[in-house]
Amino acid sequence: MKRAFPILAVLCVAFLGFATYEGLFVAPTERTMGDVQRIFYYHVPSAWTAFLLFFLNFIASIQYLVRGNDFADRFAKWVAVLVGAAGCIAVFAIKPMPAGIEPSSVATTALAITGLYFLIRKYFPEERTDVLALVTAEVGVVFCTVVLVTGPLWARPVWGIWWTWDIRLTSTLVLWLIYVSYLVLRRFSTSGQTPSVAAALAVFGALDVPLVYFSIWVFRTQHPQPVIGGGGSIDPRMLHVLLINWLAFLFFAALLCWARYELEIFQRQVEETHVLESLLEPENKQS
Amino acid sequence: MNSIHYLYAAYTATWVIHLTYISILVRRYLRLRTEVDQLKGK
Repeated sequence: MKRAFPILAVLCVAFLGFATYEGLFVAPTERTMGDVQRIFYYHVPSAWTAFLLFFLNFIASIQYLVRGNDFADRFAKWVAVLVGAAGCIAVFAIKPMPAGIEPSSVATTALAITGLYFLIRKYFPEERTDVLALVTAEVGVVFCTVVLVTGPLWARPVWGIWWTWDIRLTSTLVLWLIYVSYLVLRRFSTSGQTPSVAAALAVFGALDVPLVYFSIWVFRTQHPQPVIGGGGSIDPRMLHVLLINWLAFLFFAALLCWARYELEIFQRQVEETHVLESLLEPENKQS
Repeated sequence: MNSIHYLYAAYTATWVIHLTYISILVRRYLRLRTEVDQLKGK
């Protein structure tokens, strides 16, 4: 697997280059905003990628918390199954769906939650769920930082201001601050309880993700309305470029997570070796 | 500033952020490799 990394990295760079070219030169120019609208092809995929990573962090954190306890583990498994089932039932039971919500996206999201829960459970042992949570939070913060930087760079020429304290922008900033706090806690706390405390913080932090995502559907905000779902529309050529960019960023995020995951495991092994060495040192000195 | 400059600024800023993060990862890896070499030397 490790041999595949350089090949995948080269493919990823080529894909990102292609996606950037599509965003800058192939996508049609928006009529009212002009070329500055092309920021959208970096801003939106970065936001979706950050949300996905925070969501993975949420699932990994839950699993880290529950897998030590049989009852909690079984309970969480059933909740995951029920979420998938409820999403599918809702498609048939709730008619009509609230404005802008696609029945297919409800079922897909619910089944994705269930699927991801069991995939992580199958492929990550208990102690590795903590590593996965840390890695997804860190890479998620990087993508969320891109969102918070590119957003104002789009807003300045379009709105005439860099920032406004409306719910979409403020909740995104709060989300970023929550996960930065999570990383600070993990970096500087030396307590043995840190992974559990951080996992609990992550579970609460993840509650902000749906607030950010649905804020433009529910509240009146200055932020543009959703272009996919939510009653919005987008030129098919723009949608095509947007999805290409999202795929490229997902690929990039997956490689970053993989590299960071391996690095974290390596770091933990080095730390364990240091601990063993310090335990053996007095004996060595005595002998 | 012309609006096209904001576009270039946004794309540049994105890659500055990502490349900074990658360089942090590389530095962490190199530091760990040095530690491993020191441990092997003991």
